[in-house]
Amino acid sequence: MSETESIFESRGYAYANKLVSTEWVANNLNNPDVIIVESNEDALLYPSGHIPGAYEIDWTRDLNDPLQRDYLDSEQFEKLLSRIGATPSKTIVFYGDKNNWWAAYALWVFELFGFTNTRLLDGGRIKWMKEARELTRHVPEISSASNSVNERDDVTVRAFRNDVLNHLNTPGKLIDVRSPEEYNGTRLHMPDYPNEGATRGGHIPGAKSVPWARAINPDDGTFKTAEELKNLYQNEAQVNPNDDVIVYCRIGERSSHTWFVLKYLLGYSKVRNYDGSWTEWGNLVGVPIER
Amino acid sequence: MANPTKLQEYLDTLAMFPDRQDRIETLIGFADEYKHPSREAFPRDENSKVPGCESEVYVRLTKMEDRFRFGYAVDNPQGISAMAMAAILTAGLENCTVQEINAIDDQIVFEIFGNELSMGKNLGLTNMLRVSKHLANLS
Repeated sequence: MSETESIFESRGYAYANKLVSTEWVANNLNNPDVIIVESNEDALLYPSGHIPGAYEIDWTRDLNDPLQRDYLDSEQFEKLLSRIGATPSKTIVFYGDKNNWWAAYALWVFELFGFTNTRLLDGGRIKWMKEARELTRHVPEISSASNSVNERDDVTVRAFRNDVLNHLNTPGKLIDVRSPEEYNGTRLHMPDYPNEGATRGGHIPGAKSVPWARAINPDDGTFKTAEELKNLYQNEAQVNPNDDVIVYCRIGERSSHTWFVLKYLLGYSKVRNYDGSWTEWGNLVGVPIER
Repeated sequence: MANPTKLQEYLDTLAMFPDRQDRIETLIGFADEYKHPSREAFPRDENSKVPGCESEVYVRLTKMEDRFRFGYAVDNPQGISAMAMAAILTAGLENCTVQEINAIDDQIVFEIFGNELSMGKNLGLTNMLRVSKHLANLS
């Protein structure tokens, strides 16, 4: 268990120990109880240089089933844990490109299996690089650890389309974390990305628009303070800590980032990530959308 | 029309590595060939900026009679894929004519990076080639 750093306590987070700083990571590179994992969108980044000792988890190959749109099962997860030498007593620190989208996504998948001794590196890969900290191309030896792995829990932090349908008829809250253009239906993908992936543009009825990037400081990718985040989610979006919240984006990676913010930085009691997201809802026959 | 000889050599080299990890290592080797130009030597302007490329890439064209030389500035230090593409295009398009450049199919991006490329990255890398074609046709 990593100690809580004062910098994160001072920001007022509900679970300040879910974040670690670049300095903390630099001081724990040789700590055998800490496992560092890099998870990126760009497959070239990790092999071109990564934090010394860091393992790579690739979101397509390592976290998803190759034949069915779903996550790995407990047997596959056990193999993944074994490869990176993870056990429940060890702290796993995730970081990556794109302001930690895929790092948050990997952390969320780990949580599906009850693996919660996890942290995010505040600011992610870009902050580490901007501080000119050490990078290496040396890939750590494949480790080996034995774990008793829980069955995947698809209820607590994951939502499916039927959960979302039920949400439309209950007081639950939905947050759409995509760009405003995707939310209002003028684009089917975020700006600068190809306009494809769904047959319809718009958002799930009743969803509030809170783009994921509003939770971070654009200069260095670090998370905003709890006060700033409360203003964003509670005051602006009217989503409160005891609400039953479902977040979504296009395929579930950006919404993993917001899921982390709501669950761990603000302490919301029930937050689920709808990983089917717009690539499912925007193509689903018979469901309503709003523009 | 066949691809320019030097560009085809890059494609042939990559085709020798069907294994994903080998291809990645080869691409990183190409990215290592990329030399980042200073802003003084290579002024950036909006007209030469590659749209849709998150690595913030600029293209510069030098014309020598009817042949071209391209330069690329990749300003995002995390833009390894863009750096690899820049190295390939710098060498692969050198001394080409506009006809040869126009004949290059956008699909080379998949030949270079493989089918696992994300949609966003595909667009940015393809646009590096498209902007190069555009500048060649304007000159």
